[in-house]
Amino acid sequence: MLTVVVNGDEKNVEDGAAIADLIAHLELKPERVAVELNRKILKRAEWPSTRLVEGDKVEIVHFVGGGAS
Amino acid sequence: MSDQLVIGGRTLKSRLILGTGKYDTFELMARALEVSGTDMVTVAVRRVNLGDKSKESLLDHIDLKKYYLLPNTAGCYTADDAIRTAMMAREVLDTNWIKLEVIGDEQTLFPDNIGLLEATTVLVKEGFVVLPYLNDDLIIARRLVDAGAAAIMPLAAPIGSGLGIQNFTNLKILREMIQQVPLIVDAGVGTASDATLAMEIGVDGILMNTGIACARDPIAMAEAMKLAVTAGRLAYQSGRIPRKLYASASSPTTGLSR
Repeated sequence: MLTVVVNGDEKNVEDGAAIADLIAHLELKPERVAVELNRKILKRAEWPSTRLVEGDKVEIVHFVGGGAS
Repeated sequence: MSDQLVIGGRTLKSRLILGTGKYDTFELMARALEVSGTDMVTVAVRRVNLGDKSKESLLDHIDLKKYYLLPNTAGCYTADDAIRTAMMAREVLDTNWIKLEVIGDEQTLFPDNIGLLEATTVLVKEGFVVLPYLNDDLIIARRLVDAGAAAIMPLAAPIGSGLGIQNFTNLKILREMIQQVPLIVDAGVGTASDATLAMEIGVDGILMNTGIACARDPIAMAEAMKLAVTAGRLAYQSGRIPRKLYASASSPTTGLSR
């Protein structure tokens, strides 16, 4: 198992897990979220081939209601 | 057909742009958007709450065939954060549009004009259509236009304050001096007459959220705002009469029966 930080919280993932696996594990709709790995944005096409390593910091964002600040 | 709002090459049917925050329910928001006649809505980017198992998504309630989505960088306090947020928004949605906010102060939510200019410059180079939220300041507005902003969106009062138009003079000056891109009032409108007064100055559109979402009846207020924007636009185009101190009879002054 690996420990990575997702949106500020530690999560355990399988060795060799890719970003796409993490998104599936979290039951998120891929077309509704964006992913940053160690502060670098990943294109959706990169998710299956991008493997997580120990200590990676992952940010997953989506859209919420808002007008201004 | 001759009087449409065009921003960044995109023609909008409505001069009202709405925010999607602060509604009690997604259903209420969807109805308000519908009734307002808007065709562009702004949405914020936030961390996914991994503990929320409902998985209900804002985007499930916005008909993307009917509305253009305008992601925003609300909550960003540095140019870097705003740029990151814009880039992430672009990854989720097939849009390079961004309502750019770089906030400089928590209590007033006034923009940090320096960070705003910096972020605008970077994002325009990255191919974004940038709609910056700024102070009612002609000089920063000109700099933003020079940097490639697709519209200029000054506040009329602090965000969410509902104070109405507090800066007529500055907005009028902006209207006279900024002709290259649309001028949109972003923030401060509290009720329908505020929207009309802004439109009567000649601004090209209004972006609002709280004034509708937090009204006692958001659906009715959405309709009021739609009518108010239309009324203000028509009045602006019609050319108001000059103000005079004394009366001027509107009935003939001759031929009175004696």
